[in-house]
Amino acid sequence: MADERAGAGSVVERVRPIDAGAGVVGLYFLERTPVFVLGEEHLLIARPEGEPQRVAVHAGGILASAGDHARVLTAGDDGKVVSTDATGQTRTVVTDAKRRWIDRVAAGPDGAVAWAAGKTAGVKTAKQEKTIELASSAGGVAFAPRGLRLAVAHYNGVSLWFPNASAAPEALAWKGSHLDVSFSPDGKFLVTAMQEASLHGWRVADHKDMRMSGYAAKVRSMGWTVGGKWLATSGAEQLILWPFQGKEGPMGKAPKMLAPYEQRVAIVACHPQQEVVAVGYEDGMVLLVRLVDGAEILARKPGAAPVSALAWDANGAILGFGTEGGEAGLINLA
Amino acid sequence: MSDKVPVTVLTGYLGAGKTTLLNRILSEPHGKKYAVIVNEFGEIGIDNDLVVGADEEVFEMNNGCICCTVRGDLIRIIDGLMRRKGKFDAIIVETTGLADPAPVAQTFFVDDAVGRKTKLDAVVTVADAKWLNDRLKDAPEAKNQIAFADVILVNKTDLVAPHELREVELRIRGLNPYAKVHTTERCQVPLPEVLGRNAFDLDRILKIEPEFLETDGHAHAHDHDHDHDHGDHHHHHHGEAQHGLKHYHDEEMQSLSLRSDKPLDADKFFPWVQDLVAKDGPSILRTKGILSFKDDPDRFVFQGVHMILDGDHQRPWGENEKRESRIVFIGRNLDEAKIRAGFESCIA
Repeated sequence: MADERAGAGSVVERVRPIDAGAGVVGLYFLERTPVFVLGEEHLLIARPEGEPQRVAVHAGGILASAGDHARVLTAGDDGKVVSTDATGQTRTVVTDAKRRWIDRVAAGPDGAVAWAAGKTAGVKTAKQEKTIELASSAGGVAFAPRGLRLAVAHYNGVSLWFPNASAAPEALAWKGSHLDVSFSPDGKFLVTAMQEASLHGWRVADHKDMRMSGYAAKVRSMGWTVGGKWLATSGAEQLILWPFQGKEGPMGKAPKMLAPYEQRVAIVACHPQQEVVAVGYEDGMVLLVRLVDGAEILARKPGAAPVSALAWDANGAILGFGTEGGEAGLINLA
Repeated sequence: MSDKVPVTVLTGYLGAGKTTLLNRILSEPHGKKYAVIVNEFGEIGIDNDLVVGADEEVFEMNNGCICCTVRGDLIRIIDGLMRRKGKFDAIIVETTGLADPAPVAQTFFVDDAVGRKTKLDAVVTVADAKWLNDRLKDAPEAKNQIAFADVILVNKTDLVAPHELREVELRIRGLNPYAKVHTTERCQVPLPEVLGRNAFDLDRILKIEPEFLETDGHAHAHDHDHDHDHGDHHHHHHGEAQHGLKHYHDEEMQSLSLRSDKPLDADKFFPWVQDLVAKDGPSILRTKGILSFKDDPDRFVFQGVHMILDGDHQRPWGENEKRESRIVFIGRNLDEAKIRAGFESCIA
C-alpha cells in the first residue's frame, strides 16, 4: 500500500534524518528550532546547522511534555517540571515535594505551567503556585484558550478550575476514565479521550454531552485543524475528523474519514495555516492529507517503529517526526 | 511476542510475607533488573530507582460489564515505565493485602497499549501458614487471592506444626487445585518457581491437570474431576474420605472441571461460553480450556478472567494424542449442573 501511495506524490527525498538515539516522545518548534523530547533524560535541539545539541533535563524517564513558541516543558519521574528554551537553557519550574511522578503537563498563557502528579493538579504563574486535590488521579490537563482556566480530566469527568477564583471547580460529569483533554480553539467545546476507545465532549456553555465512538483503539493523539473546524484523531486505521463548525459540534454528523491504511493511526499533527493534517501510523509511515479532497502525499515510508512525535513549525513549512525506535527527521516543504 | 516485558503480580494478605519475597527478588544476584510497582513506599529496603508508588485506582469500563474493571494507575505507570525500556527485564506489581487480583490481571487484556508492550506472567500469592485458615473464613479478599493464583507460597511454615500445615495445604487445594503450591520459611523458594512462569501464555496451557501436593503422598487433594458426587457441598469438609483421601470443599469457592472425548461444535460452544461469562462473569474468577472441535485439526486453547476471554488455535493435534476437550472454571457458587449441561449441549 505504501508503494501505491509513493506513486501519488512523495516528499520522502526531502527528509533530513536525525539519529535521536532513544525513543522520541515529543516534538516542539521554538520558532524555527525543532526540539525533540526523548523518553529518558534528554532533549535534542536540532538547529538548521551543526550537530544536534543534547540537553539533560531529567534524572530518569520523561513522562509528559508540552510547549509553546518559546519553551518546551517536560515532566519526569524525578518529580520535576523543567522548562527549556531554544538556546538549551533549562530551568526547573516545579518540584513535587514527595518526588512523585509528574506525568501530565500543559503550557499556558504568559508562561503559566499546569501539571499533575497522582491526585494533585497544580498551576504556576509568574505570581503564584496553586494546587487542587482530586478524587482520582488526573488523566490530563489543558489550559482554556483564553484566561487562566484549566480543565483537569479524571475518573468520571472533568473539573474546570479557575485558579484565581476561590470557588470549587466546575464539574463536567461522565462515567468512566477520562485521559487526554483538549479545548477547541474558540473555547466552546471540551473533548476528552477515554480509557474506552471513544471520545467524550461537552459544550462548555451548557455542559451538553457528545459521544464520539467507533475507534479500534484508545485515542492517544488529537488536534484541531486551523480555525478549529475539525478535530483530527488517532486510534483507527484511518484519519478520523469530527466536524466542529456548527453550534452543536459533531452531534448527529458523521466524521470525515481519510487516508485508510492497514495500520492504525498513531499520531496526528494539524497544519497551522491550511486544512492539511500530517498523519503518523504505527508502522512508521507519515502521510500528509488534504481535507478538502483527501489527497495524500507520502512524507515518510514505513519503518521499524510507530511514529510517536509529529509537529509543524509555526509557518507550516517544516514537518518534524520521531519514532518509538529513535529515528527522527525534518522535512522542509517550503 | 518475546520482546514483551513480563509482569508478575504479587498478592497476599497483610503480613503474609510479600515484602520479604520482594526484597529477596530484588537483592539476590540473578543478574536481572526489576521495575517494581508498590502500594506503599518505604517498605523495600533496596535502593532501586525503578520503584514506583501506586494508588490502586480501580476503574470500571463503560462496556456494560460490572466485573470488567482495570487498574487505571497501572496503565499510567506502565506507559511511563516503557519509556525506560531496556533499563529493566521485568515488572513486579505488589498489591495491597486487601486487593482483588482480577482488575490487575484484566488490565493486561483490556488495555491495548499495556497488552502490546507487556504480558502478564503469573499471579503469585503469599499466604501465612498460621493465619490463612482464619483469613479464609473472615476475609473474602484472602479467598480471592488463593483462588486466583498461579503460584502460592505457604509461608512461615516454621510457625505451625506439620499437621496444621497439612490442613492449610488441603484447604488451598479445595479452593484452587491448579496452582503450584510451595511451602516456605521466609519465602525461601528458588526464584524461577515464582518468576518467568508464563502462566497466562496460551501456549503454556498444555495440560490442565490439578497439581498434587508434592509432600509425602499418602494424602493428597482430591481431583474434582473424579466422578464424585457434588451434592454434598454443604459439608465444610469430609475428613477422611473413602480412599483415604482427605479433601476440603469450600462452601463458596469451587473449581469445576469438565471434559469430553467427543468433539465439540464450535458454533455451539462459543455462543455458550460467551453467554456464560457474560451472565456469570462476576462469580467466575478464572477459566482455562483446551478444546477439540469437529472438523478442526487444531487444538484450541483459551483462558479467561471473569468476563474476558482470550483464545487461539494453538497447533494441530498429534497423531497419537487423545483428542479431548477440557475446561476448568474457578469461581464462587458455580452452578455445576447448569454449566455441565451447557457444556454437554456443545458436543457436536
